[in-house]
Amino acid sequence: MKAGVIVFPGSNCDRDAYYALRDGLGYDAEYLWHAEPRDLSEYGLVIVPGGFSYGDYLRPGAIARFARIMESLREYAARGGLVLGVCNGFQILCEAGLLPGALTRNLSLKFRCKPVYVRVENADTPFTRRYQPGEVLQIPIAHGDGRYVCDGATLSQLRANGQILFRYCSPTGDLDDAWNPNGSTDHIAGVANERFNVLGMMPHPERACELLLGSADGRRLLAVG
Amino acid sequence: MPKAKVYITLKPALLDAQGRVLQSALQQLGFESVQGVRVGKYLEVELAPNGDPHEQIEAMCQKLLANPVIEQYRYEIEP
Repeated sequence: MKAGVIVFPGSNCDRDAYYALRDGLGYDAEYLWHAEPRDLSEYGLVIVPGGFSYGDYLRPGAIARFARIMESLREYAARGGLVLGVCNGFQILCEAGLLPGALTRNLSLKFRCKPVYVRVENADTPFTRRYQPGEVLQIPIAHGDGRYVCDGATLSQLRANGQILFRYCSPTGDLDDAWNPNGSTDHIAGVANERFNVLGMMPHPERACELLLGSADGRRLLAVG
Repeated sequence: MPKAKVYITLKPALLDAQGRVLQSALQQLGFESVQGVRVGKYLEVELAPNGDPHEQIEAMCQKLLANPVIEQYRYEIEP
């Protein structure tokens, strides 16, 4: 399967994602330069990686959403192609309107870099079908702007449609503010669009793809082929 | 040359984590009258004299300068 990793100026998880896709999952992985629009129809998965695209100027993702490759990504997503935005990638997909809501400054105002626990809330999507509903995963985060917010109507819709795929939780799967690392609304760690082919999440599954890295819980998420 | 002064702030319904910390800091410094602080962005945009500056700035705010999901904006234009 062909898998792509978009590279913006300031992306810094692109190589981690490439490594996970190529060495971890055996995909035919390729970098996709932000300035070159292209036909993505042959790809089985495109990752919008973490980092600080365009230095987070103005807002995280605000500039990257206008990159030429984003036109291609929009077409690809509209045709049902699988898109995974991680961390800054999640912020970019929200800014681009491919996902609802926005990511704001962590409640603590601190950059949080540590392993966290998330609970699989919907296991009936292309990204989560290899997990059990309610399964608790350990995946690292590394962000300063990860507090997911959206208006009340959007939140109701996300809940009703099962678009909240991951929530921050305790090691035993309980929802508690003490285990919410950024103050995210409703403990949201990852949301999908209505068709479930676009997923954005703050935790980094590409950094949890083999036990040597401390956890292999993120690997199944990337096993979409 | 027209210049626009653009003010962007988080929507009132959203918790402003920075503002909350500043409020607490000001109160600890003895400014006990402080009832709330909201942190925003201030931009100055210089424009060529042709065209309608209001229309242009409005479009800029909608498209890039503000994120309408979480932010509100207002602007003044100096001729």
